[in-house]
Amino acid sequence: MLKDNKMKQKKANECYCLGIESTADDFSVGISTFEGEILANIISAYMPPEGGIHPREAARHHAEVASKVLEEAFEKAGIRPQDLSIVAFAQGPGLGPCLRTGATVARALASFLNVPLVGVNHCVAHIEIGKLKTGAEDPVTLYVSGGNTIVSAFDSGRYRVFGETLDIALGNCLDVFAREAGLHQQVGEPFGAVVEKLAAKGKRLISLPYTVKGMDMSFSGLLTAAVNMLKKGENKLEDICYSLQETAFSMVTEVTERALAHTEKREVLLTGGVAANKRLQSMIGAIAEEHDAEFCVVPSEFAIDNGAMIAWAGVLVYTHGVVTPVEKSFVRLRWRLEEVEVLWVK
Amino acid sequence: MGEVKQPMLIKKGAEASLYLADWHGKKVIMKKRLPKKYRLSELDEQIRTYRTIHEPQLMHEAKKAGVPTPTIFLVDVKYATSIMEFIKGKQIKQLLGNVSKNERQHLCIKIGKLIGELHKHGIIHGDLTTSNMIQNSEGKIFFVDFGLGEKTEELEIRGVDLHLMKRALQSIHFRFAEECFRAVMEGYSKVLDAETVKNVLDKIREIERRGRYIAERKSE
Repeated sequence: MLKDNKMKQKKANECYCLGIESTADDFSVGISTFEGEILANIISAYMPPEGGIHPREAARHHAEVASKVLEEAFEKAGIRPQDLSIVAFAQGPGLGPCLRTGATVARALASFLNVPLVGVNHCVAHIEIGKLKTGAEDPVTLYVSGGNTIVSAFDSGRYRVFGETLDIALGNCLDVFAREAGLHQQVGEPFGAVVEKLAAKGKRLISLPYTVKGMDMSFSGLLTAAVNMLKKGENKLEDICYSLQETAFSMVTEVTERALAHTEKREVLLTGGVAANKRLQSMIGAIAEEHDAEFCVVPSEFAIDNGAMIAWAGVLVYTHGVVTPVEKSFVRLRWRLEEVEVLWVK
Repeated sequence: MGEVKQPMLIKKGAEASLYLADWHGKKVIMKKRLPKKYRLSELDEQIRTYRTIHEPQLMHEAKKAGVPTPTIFLVDVKYATSIMEFIKGKQIKQLLGNVSKNERQHLCIKIGKLIGELHKHGIIHGDLTTSNMIQNSEGKIFFVDFGLGEKTEELEIRGVDLHLMKRALQSIHFRFAEECFRAVMEGYSKVLDAETVKNVLDKIREIERRGRYIAERKSE
């Protein structure tokens, strides 16, 4: 355990929330003060030896690293478990086995410490940490990751979903394409970054299906067309990556612009794992400028799945009178963003 | 196009800018699909040209199917611009929240019938929201903005079209989204045969399940 002299001097009345994130391939623990100071954000990513995420294998990884990640988080934050006021966990949406592993750790910790347990919606947490870290107050949010593609904005007590994918997520589309192309990733490097590097060398735009339906998008046809093109072998991989990115990003940007034009909000927030892509940033930045809105990108550490966002959202939920009794803390695989009452935004 | 006088920007949408203008002494809407800086110019041109050409075709087909749409006067593909009839009226979006429950029901049934007529004639609107429907002083409902539409009788596409209508109601008129959509489907059923309606409803449910649309599976 930690030596006493390494301990952060606990300020009188300072309250801490520990957040556990385990909706997909990352197991992460974050610690936040009730004022929104992030003291720790430790992330352990599961890397499948081949193929995509197998939920059971990812859950096994989470169970294996849980105690180590927890310990590291306490050490980084310089606090002891008994200093915690509440324990928050991502209750959904996500992969069942992964969610259950995180929930089990959270329940055990909260029961052992005898502190309240708070179930947090993963998508809400992404938006809230984005607002905390960029200073955005009332943005249109584009949340693009391996599991989600959602354009949302606050209205009458909830984050309303204005547009989303009708099938697979944008990040998933890029990941599957990269695997089909036999690309390799470095440790800690997402497939999206590999595609981005290749795309930067592409020059020729190949026509691929551009599917915007109202405010919603579809990426499965685009993925199939890109993979077929790959198999035909008539085009350079760089050009296919370039065309795939340009087409997919133009689609999400068009939908985000429509939400911006419709809601007339003054800020655009870009978050999720795909937010790190420079080309996407420049596209969303361009529409923000066009509509006189401020463009905010969430720093990478807080844009990917992370425990800090769960901890911070846990603080918001708890301080507005919501707790999750252990007997009601079952995970919610398909918990939609707009089902959550956002009590802390007026 | 030199004859367009005094264009006044009335709506800067994401896809196009709408101007109210004077054209040969007539009040018209000029719809300009301006280049999007964020898209590669090649892709941008493809998309704008495609939509500029297809929108008037679909609007014309819709009119033949008995669904009121503004009359197109002129299309300039090079500048991705079209000139069409100005419909004086109120958007359904503004009406729904400001009328009695009864009238709302009535409006939605009417909308459902019109969507039914479109689908029956193989037309998909592609962006069914209450901002794209205008009621004039005689109570006629006009459908506008067919830029994302297409011609097909495919069940899947019909399902998505109605699913979008449902989603639009949920995000903008969440207080009475459910009753509105039920009324839309009631109107829709009056136009299409029972089997098609059942298949479409099943399809909508399938689309919802496929995405992240259902609240909770009881077995979880």
